[in-house]
Amino acid sequence: MLVALWWAATHAGWVSRVFLPTPEATFGALSAGLVQGELVAQTGATVGRMLVGWGLASLLGVVIGALIGVSAVARAWIAPTLEFIRPLPASAIMPLAISVFGLSGGMVLFVVAFGAMWPVLLATVHGLASVHVQLREVAQGLEMPRRDFVWKIGLPNALPDILSGMRLSMTVALIVSVVGEMIASQPGLGQAILLAARSFQSSELFAGIVLLGAIGFVSNAALAAAEKKLLRWQHP
Amino acid sequence: MHRALALLRPFAFPAVLLGLLEGWARTTGAGSDAVAPPSLALRSLLAAAGDGSLLGATGFTLGTAALGLLAGCVGGLLLGTVLGLSRRAAQVSFLSVEVLRPVPSVALIPLAMLVFGFGLRMQVSVVAFATFWPMLVLTQAAVQQVEPRLLEVAQALQLSARQRFVAIVLPSITPRLFVALRLCVAIALVVAVTTEIAANPHGMGYALMIAQQSLDPALMMGWLFWIGVVGFGVNTLTLRLQGWVARRMGAQP
Repeated sequence: MLVALWWAATHAGWVSRVFLPTPEATFGALSAGLVQGELVAQTGATVGRMLVGWGLASLLGVVIGALIGVSAVARAWIAPTLEFIRPLPASAIMPLAISVFGLSGGMVLFVVAFGAMWPVLLATVHGLASVHVQLREVAQGLEMPRRDFVWKIGLPNALPDILSGMRLSMTVALIVSVVGEMIASQPGLGQAILLAARSFQSSELFAGIVLLGAIGFVSNAALAAAEKKLLRWQHP
Repeated sequence: MHRALALLRPFAFPAVLLGLLEGWARTTGAGSDAVAPPSLALRSLLAAAGDGSLLGATGFTLGTAALGLLAGCVGGLLLGTVLGLSRRAAQVSFLSVEVLRPVPSVALIPLAMLVFGFGLRMQVSVVAFATFWPMLVLTQAAVQQVEPRLLEVAQALQLSARQRFVAIVLPSITPRLFVALRLCVAIALVVAVTTEIAANPHGMGYALMIAQQSLDPALMMGWLFWIGVVGFGVNTLTLRLQGWVARRMGAQP
């Protein structure tokens, strides 16, 4: 239905073709880019950046979150700071990262990992903090060492929170990757669509937007499926 | 004594961090183009507040975020209501929504640049796009949970579509609407700043970017801190608003 509307809008001349290309032109640009391999390489670069940054973010988020979340004292002292940093836009630390790391791929990766870490970190802290009192008492009764408590009770309890945090952080990772590519001129779809817009090549711009939408759609669907599978034990 | 300690506790950890940073930046890190002592950052920020650039940039960012939020939320609310009430409309548009929703809002920045050029309208359109989808989806979910008997009453009373919306649907979805609004406010602010950093030469994000490019780390860190403060303030306000609305609508605390 959407494509039909799009087709009608462009062919009837409701919207200037400079801004909105016809669907045929977009898919032409898309297939040409995919066949020549240019768009494939750019998509690969963006997806790679997103996945690596997201992996780092998830790992760091769970580890740091577990370290903070396991101790009530650390939670009381550090959690307010985390709440303060959380609403800070991830891309806002990009200038700081640029002046520390320079305009490099590593800089973009750092910002992606940093920005995408917060949902996972806060979810882990919250998940560990909300362990049921009786489970805590069981652990105390068994004289479980703290490490075992985190591993056997805390993290499984936090898993649903962590997984939804990871889903959110995947979205953040994609957004920050694209912004990073735009600012730091790293190869990828972000740079490609910015250049296409500057040279008024709207069909290439739309091809990039379509691909980015597809990346978002596929990654979200994959994570939703994984979440369902991993949390099957919750609903026997 | 004990209460004073509890009040001060949230500030202890950041104070230690800032103290360490201050010490490092004044000794080994002195002369760095990347990091400045927090005390200098605060002074730069105060200077920016003095010459009015702080107020102007903050106003621009918050204003565009609010305008975009308004456009996105009203659109999302209306379409969400339609899709929530009519099963057929929901089926027809399901695929379109699911395909468009995951498009990252920043992908729209180049397009908005192409259509509107730089400035207010471009940023408002990106923010509106970003807030439209969460509002749409959450409104649709809220409307679908409206008590069916209330809708039957509306039918029996032969209310017009507008009356039905104002008298039946809107009151019953209001508490959930404010949860969605809180989410959208956070998104709007993040997207507004991101747009300024990536493209639009106005507002707080641009001020941050230009401070970095002119190798003024003190000013840059001042802006970074200020953006954090603004974000935190806006989030706290919306949280309060949501709680207040929930209480007014008779939810149990």
